[in-house]
Amino acid sequence: MTVSVRFFARYAELAGCTSSAVHVPMPATVGDVIAKVRELFPGTRIMPLRPLAALNRRQVKLDAAVNEGDEVALLPPISGG
Amino acid sequence: MSHITRHPLDVNDLLARVQGPERGGTCVFLGSVRNDDGVTAIDYSAYEQMADEEIARILGEAQRQWPDARVILQHRLGEIPAGEASIAIAAAAPHRDEAFTACRFVIEEVKKRLPIWKKEMFADGTTAWTDAQRQAKPTTR
Repeated sequence: MTVSVRFFARYAELAGCTSSAVHVPMPATVGDVIAKVRELFPGTRIMPLRPLAALNRRQVKLDAAVNEGDEVALLPPISGG
Repeated sequence: MSHITRHPLDVNDLLARVQGPERGGTCVFLGSVRNDDGVTAIDYSAYEQMADEEIARILGEAQRQWPDARVILQHRLGEIPAGEASIAIAAAAPHRDEAFTACRFVIEEVKKRLPIWKKEMFADGTTAWTDAQRQAKPTTR
């Protein structure tokens, strides 16, 4: 299945892009998508092993299940305010 | 009103949205860019749609905890010079305790939850993400 991936701030610089799509076999978790991202975008391998992630714009743990068409966002440590 | 803007924040506008004759205590929190270590500005970026939704959730939680209070916030994005505000929160309630507490709740949740990032800009043209494990300061020029 295909999952869209978005990169923000420093992670976008590491990936070299702000969005992409990755293919992962079903069933898959957010963690599986991130593993695929590390494979496809070598610059992202220096991200923490367990980066913050959002699934369809909600922060989730890495064991959250993903479905076809979902969006996984990789979020650097949050520093708003 | 969107919770995210690229323009200077207008505290009077926020106050007008929360104040009312039944709310006798109002407090405002402003978070501004500090000139630490020669920082001249911070470039704020966000996952805007998620940040806007998350702000709405935080304000909803505040509303449920303090039903008589009115709380609003705006976060500014883009390049913000040192000394100018990046976030403004206004809270009004019948009494000061709820106003202060609701305001404090909102800023603390913002710090934990909003997908917003800062890139510090220095006078010599260098920049640095504030989340980076702060190796040597310069990352780009």
